[in-house]
Amino acid sequence: MSEFALETRNQLVGLFGIVERNVYLTKRYFLWDIAFMIWTIANTLTIVFIARAVPGITAAEENTAATALLVGGTIWAFLGIIFEFMTETVAWERWEGTIEYTFMAPLSRLVHLFGQGAFAVLYGLIRATILFFAVAAFIGIHTPNANYPAALGLLALASLSFIGVGIMTSVLPLISPEKGAQLGFVAQGIMLVVSGVYYSVSVLPEWMQWISKISPATYALRGCRSSIIDGTGMQWADVWPLMIIAVLATPIGLAIFRTGERHAKKHGKLKRSG
Amino acid sequence: MSTLAPSRTDLAPRPDPQVPAVDVRDLRKTFRRRDRKAGRFARKRPWPALDDVTFTITRGECVTILGQNGSGKSTLVRLLSTLLISDGGEARVFGHDVDREASTIRRLVNRVSVEASFFKKMSASENLSYAARFYGMTPHQTRTAVPELLARVGFPPERRGESMEHLSRGMQQKVALARALLTSPVLLLLDEPTTGLDPRSKLEVQGFIRQVRAEHDATILLCTHDMAEAEALSDRVGILDRGRLLFLEPVEDVKRRFGVETLEEAFFAATGREFENEGQDEDDAYREVFA
Repeated sequence: MSEFALETRNQLVGLFGIVERNVYLTKRYFLWDIAFMIWTIANTLTIVFIARAVPGITAAEENTAATALLVGGTIWAFLGIIFEFMTETVAWERWEGTIEYTFMAPLSRLVHLFGQGAFAVLYGLIRATILFFAVAAFIGIHTPNANYPAALGLLALASLSFIGVGIMTSVLPLISPEKGAQLGFVAQGIMLVVSGVYYSVSVLPEWMQWISKISPATYALRGCRSSIIDGTGMQWADVWPLMIIAVLATPIGLAIFRTGERHAKKHGKLKRSG
Repeated sequence: MSTLAPSRTDLAPRPDPQVPAVDVRDLRKTFRRRDRKAGRFARKRPWPALDDVTFTITRGECVTILGQNGSGKSTLVRLLSTLLISDGGEARVFGHDVDREASTIRRLVNRVSVEASFFKKMSASENLSYAARFYGMTPHQTRTAVPELLARVGFPPERRGESMEHLSRGMQQKVALARALLTSPVLLLLDEPTTGLDPRSKLEVQGFIRQVRAEHDATILLCTHDMAEAEALSDRVGILDRGRLLFLEPVEDVKRRFGVETLEEAFFAATGREFENEGQDEDDAYREVFA
């Protein structure tokens, strides 16, 4: 086997290791997962019921509004998982005390972070699917025209961008162990506000609409709503911005992370403390 | 190569036997620290952790660096394991520069630190398998290698599936040794591996270090403040005091140089101070952790 093939093989085994570790931990915290799932379903229900409370609309309009809200709530939950996993990549390992062992291992940073992102996407998709169908069944939402493969395809494409943006936020706890994780949550919140989670971005002030153009969630939300409510396929207007953001976000995120890692190594901030 | 380390898909370069295992020249590391007494808004001041440290370790040697807490031992280990970037001088591991060739060095080095550092909810087997993946070991390989290695460090087989949080410190430290050896390191950095262990566990770990050295063809850099451990395990002993390496010589030469009977007396003669723990973690003293 050539050195390149051997290195690629070893990196893939390392990526599998990151996913495998998260599976072990998910198994150990299974009851917490169930509790969190129930909480997310209850929280989404409180939002989707708003459609029922709107006066003077027909049953069909109420169904469309409820579906739009449900898609928003589901993608919010999906994104929340990805951001949580990525932002906690460093904070979590620092808390467990394993961070130095991970950072001194011969695993490329891209593979390390992508492994974390890959698990987050898989885990987030499972949770989002359960959430969507549980709430739809509870409220009695009908989606006769839904094009689920198109919605899933769009979400998969958007996931690459989300991982890239997540890598950018995961560097924050490396630079500032305590405040970094907090800033990650702030970044997640801002991204979701400008992306039109429960409303069209057209209702936002103009300056916020400009910011919404660089958020991958904007296109994921718009495309998924269109696929599930109207049954459209993957629209090019949503696909190309997601592709561009995906291509740019990962290398930019990685470059930012490497700079942060160098800073942490220069100032001795890798080690767990507190 | 000993049977201690299982076979793996190995990308580590074969170290040149003529090249020193560790070659450190004028190595410097300074952290910036805010004087706690001066308050939160006081200016940070430079605090040298390593001050022009120079030494060489030949392949197969076991060298101990003695020093109080805060003397710079852990900083040295972290620099050699690519976890810190130096401010000056150079450090080479088997001829590879630790700053510029970090990825090569990561395949040659592993480390056992004073904290066992594991995912507490995961079992010993799961933690070891996870660590092994980073070095290219597949589930098929770890299925046999992990139980074998745990058995070699005296870990009870019936506890392999138990969460780490339920294991004693001594048990955890054995798993940490197994983790370090799982990757077949040619340079093993041991940063106070027996601190906080009960006497029996301490002897077991020391016995295992001897075994590793005898069977594994590993070079060992041991950092400790345990004088007896240093004397029992090392070819040469050095004292690191406030970031400066005072000497690095065979134990008998050290005693002869200062005309003393024990390493404690040698420390006193070399520094003018008693050898005692200052009760302060060296890096935490230097770094502004929550910057």
